[in-house]
Order: sequence, then structure tokens, then C-alpha cells
Amino acid sequence: MSTIVLLTMTGLGLGALYFLVASGLSLIFGLMDVLNFAHGALLSIGAYGTWWAASGRLPGAGPGGWGFALAVLFGTAVGTLAAVVLELAVVRPLYTRPREQVLATVGVGLAVPALLSGIWGPDARTFPGPEALSGTFALLGADVPVDRLVLVAAAVAVLVALRLFLGRTRHGLVVRAGVEDRAMVTALGIDVRKAFTLVFAIGGCAAALGGALGGLYFGSVDPHQGTSLLIFAFVVVVTGGMGSVTGAAVAAVVIGLVQQFANYYTAAGLGDLAVVVLLAALLLVRPRGLTGRLA
Amino acid sequence: MSTATTPAPTSVSTAPGGDRNRLLRWWPAAVLVLLIVAPWSALPLPGLLDGPVGSPGSLQLLATCLLFGALATGYDLLLGRTGLLSFGHALYFAAGSYATNMFLLEAGLPFAAAAVLGVCSGAALALVLGSVSLRVTGIGFSMVTLAFAQAGSILVSRDPGGFTGGEEGRAAPAELLPSWLVGIDHTANLYWIALAYLVLTLAVVHRAVRSPTGRVWEGIKENERRVEVLGLKPYGFKLTAFVLAGALAAAGGLVHLLLTGGSTPRTTTSDFTLSLLVMVVLGGTGTRWGPMVGGILYTWADHRLGDLAGSGAVAGLPAVLRVPLSQPLFLLGVLFVAVVHLLPGGLARLPSRLRRTREENR
Repeated sequence: MSTIVLLTMTGLGLGALYFLVASGLSLIFGLMDVLNFAHGALLSIGAYGTWWAASGRLPGAGPGGWGFALAVLFGTAVGTLAAVVLELAVVRPLYTRPREQVLATVGVGLAVPALLSGIWGPDARTFPGPEALSGTFALLGADVPVDRLVLVAAAVAVLVALRLFLGRTRHGLVVRAGVEDRAMVTALGIDVRKAFTLVFAIGGCAAALGGALGGLYFGSVDPHQGTSLLIFAFVVVVTGGMGSVTGAAVAAVVIGLVQQFANYYTAAGLGDLAVVVLLAALLLVRPRGLTGRLA
Repeated sequence: MSTATTPAPTSVSTAPGGDRNRLLRWWPAAVLVLLIVAPWSALPLPGLLDGPVGSPGSLQLLATCLLFGALATGYDLLLGRTGLLSFGHALYFAAGSYATNMFLLEAGLPFAAAAVLGVCSGAALALVLGSVSLRVTGIGFSMVTLAFAQAGSILVSRDPGGFTGGEEGRAAPAELLPSWLVGIDHTANLYWIALAYLVLTLAVVHRAVRSPTGRVWEGIKENERRVEVLGLKPYGFKLTAFVLAGALAAAGGLVHLLLTGGSTPRTTTSDFTLSLLVMVVLGGTGTRWGPMVGGILYTWADHRLGDLAGSGAVAGLPAVLRVPLSQPLFLLGVLFVAVVHLLPGGLARLPSRLRRTREENR
């Protein structure tokens, strides 16, 4: 029983991480038809920003207490800024050419991890975290690490915030309408390009937060963490139905759980395969993903 | 990329000066002859190559360039000809290499049989996975191919059953290979094999895109819905392109196995497919020579940038310049972004773009 609880919590933590990456990816894709290959790079930037600040290089930030909160805030802000720069400098000039927007993000996705590994070395760096978050708590007889709970809480907060933003605000309305029918929104005289930058900022913010908390979850940061998480985030986006945030949330939970359970009960590494098999099976039955949305 | 394709810059117009143009048309044959005789040449190309052209080191680099030129040409069958952005092409390349190696090592088959079976395995894998991933269109297809390639990559690096050698990769058994393919003295033979593979790929792609199926591919690239309206099912045509490209990639994996003397897990990573993508876009998608030129240039640049990174000139620079310059992938990534922005159509469209600019300025 305790194993199942632990696996469930770990799976949920991983799912939360996937959701943080996939939600922005899904929105950007839904709105702009751009598969953002640099999204993993944004995550890495967030992770390295947090690591840099938490290692005591930023005044006031540190590995414990409020210092760590400030470090996470700093990492997330850097990631958000990077996302805005990415949109303005790389993606926007190719406004009318979605395919080439994707290609340009591929280039950024190659360059950023290389740059990170050039600056801080190709090896993983130990991630400093607060004492309070490295402990465990008892749940139904299992000792569950606290960081899982932090990840799940962050993901739920992001999901709620996104739903409120999309459902209750005017900007959210534009984004939602843009996801449904970009041409129509443009025809109504609304500048969708502002919505693009906004969505990139939101996506970058979520991904960078994912990077900061992912460092806590994995205990280390390395330049290629973002890229490997990105691939599973792609699986989540396809499974959940492209452009749907709620679909991404459901798919992230399912995929995180399947991966953890399969990794534990079969050989390690088979969980990653199981996820891909799951995706293939789903596509054979429902080519449009869980929520039935298709690009 | 859905803009109408302008004729490839190599196509010869019937404008005045026909005699010169008729001669110019034979330049590929001339280049081919030059490439065939290259191993006998002792010409030094300082800056381009470390040693004379015919030295084993240079031949190895040239062969790798030709191999990737061919691989990019085969990959463009999907991207530039059919409009399919696959992120899993490395999988079929790696499958050709690993399967051949396994048939040699585990089944003890003679080399020729192992090679044929290896390439067939790659094609069969492409058939199975292509039939699943083509159920989704657009960028969904890209993501699914990437997911499959990732699964392949995980499988290779985790190495269940001890077939792949995990992170170490697996060396090809020198004693089971024909003796004329092994050893530094026979680098020229490997070079010719790579050249033959390039010629084969160019011929296959050229023939395929001019066949009736190739016309349908072009239609699918321009507007898939219209092809459906004409009463054709795009799925089968797309699958044909996918399997053909997969088979060509698997053959490339076989050449790579011979050239490097083993299978390495690096060829299964998504970075590897992305570098193929960079080659094709750099050279120009959907053109006859573009992907080949892109592949050759990229491979050469990657190699030389690696040398540059380790050179004393870079080590002496201040950190702001040294750090980015020491990362070939960073430079290539930035170069790629620049090409996408500044050079739509890649290098292959550069001559016609220059000509147009010159005419406008006249």
C-alpha cells in the first residue's frame, strides 16, 4: 500500500512537471500553430536561473526559506523574459510562416543548451533547496517527499490561474478566440500579435517555474534536462488534444502515473516506452487525442 | 514553405548562350568524376582539410560529408517533397546500423545478408511506425515521430537483452566484415561506398519525385485537402514516402556502421534528427542539390568548428567570446536561426535571389 501511495505521489509530481511545460506549449500551439521547440530551453533557463540565484549569487536569495522563494521568483522571471525575447526576436519576424517559426525555435532549442553547457559545464549541478522541502511527510503509511507536494500545488495553482485568466479576463477571451479561429479574431480588428507575446510570456513563465521546481524534484540541473522533459511534454500535448489546457492537465496526470508505475513494476526505462506505446494506442483509437481536438 | 517552387537554380534555361549552358549542364558528371578520382589525389587543401585529399583522415571526413549529404537528401523526400516534418528520422538511420550489426554479431550471418536484412529491418520499422504516426497530420505527426524516436533512443541506451551495448554503443566485428572494408588502408573503399550511396540516393529521390507518385507528393505538400478532393487517399502516398525515406536512411546507417566501425547511441538522439533538419533547411528544402550541399557543408562545419573550439586561438579569447565559440552546437543553432530568417529557401535559392536583386538594382 505504501509503495502504491509513494508511486502515485511521485507520478503526480512528474505529471505536474509535465503539465507546467505542456500547458504553455499547448496554448502557443493552439494559438499560433507553432510547436515551440525552444520551450525546453526556457525550462532550462528557469532552472539555471533559480540554481544560480539559490547558490547565493543573488543578494537576498539563498537555498533556504524566503531566500529560496526569491530564487524561484528570479528564475521564473528570467525564463519569462527569455520567452518574450524569443517571441519578439525570433518568432514574430516569421509571422506569416508557421513552418519556419517552428524551424527557428529548433535552432534556439539547439543553441541554448549548448550555451548553458558552455557556461556552466555539461555535467549536472547539485540543486540547492530548502531543508523544509527536502524532508518527507507521512501519508497513508508512506513517507512521501515534500517536493512532490510542492510540484502538485504549483501545477494546480497554474491550472487554476490559467483557467481564470482564459475564462474571466478580456485578454483571456482574445487568446481563447484566437485558439479557435485566428483569422476571425484578426478580422474583428484585434491585434493577435499582442496575444502571441502574452501567450509566450505565460508559457515561458510556467515552463521556467517547472524548471525551478524540477531542479528540486531531480535534485540537480543539467543543460539537457529541458530537452528530455520537452519530448514528454509533446506526448502530453498530443494525448490531451492540441490547444486544450484542461486536456493537457488530464494527459499529464495519466502519463506521469503510467510512467512511474511501469518503471517500478517492470524494468526501469520501460515506463518511458510505455508512455509512447500508450500514445500510439490512443492515436489508433482516437487520432484527435483525449479531448478530441485537432490542429 | 507552401509557396510555389521556383525552378532549381541548376536548371538550364534556353536563353541565349545555349552552347555554354549545354556544357554547364554536365557539371554534375564532372563533379562526380572529380569525386571518384579524389582518393588518388595528393592535393593539399589548407584550411578545408587537415591533410592532402587522398590521406585517410581527409577521406574519412569527405566520406562522412558525402554520407550526410545523402542522408539529408533522403530526409528531404519527407520535408521538402511531401511536406512531412518528421522528427524521428534518426530512428531509421540507427535501425539500419544497429540491425546490421546485430545480424552480424548475434546471428553470425555473412556481411551481405546482414546488410540486406539490416536495411529491410529499417524499412519495416518505418512501415509500422509510419502507419501509426501518419494517422495524425501536421505538427501532431512531428510530435508522434519524435516520441517514437525517443522510445527508440531510450531502448538503445537502456539496452535490454544486451544487444545494443547501451551508452557505449557496439563495435562492428572486424573479423566478420570483408577485409577490403576494414582498416585505415582501405579508407578509400569506404569513401567510394559513401559516394555510391550518395549517387544512389540522389538517383532514387530524383526518379521518385518525377514519378506519378512524386506528383501526388507535391500535391500533398501544397494542399492535402485538394488531393483528397481529386479522389486520392493521401495516407498511402505519405506512407510510401515515409517508408522510402526510412529505407534510404537505413542504408545510410549501414554506410555509417562501416565508416565508423560501429553503432553509436548518438545516432538515435533527437539532436541527430534536428541536425538533419538543419542540413536540409540550410541547403534548401525541395531542391535537387540543396539538401546534399547543406548536409556536406553542415558536416564539414561541425567538424571544423569542433577543431576550432579546441584550438589555441579560441582558448586565448575573453570568456564572452570563448564560451559560445567553444560550442559547435551553439554556433550551428544560431546559424540555423539566421538562415531561416535571412535566407528563405536556403543556399540553393541564393543564386536566383542574388540574380533577382541585381536585376532590380539595374
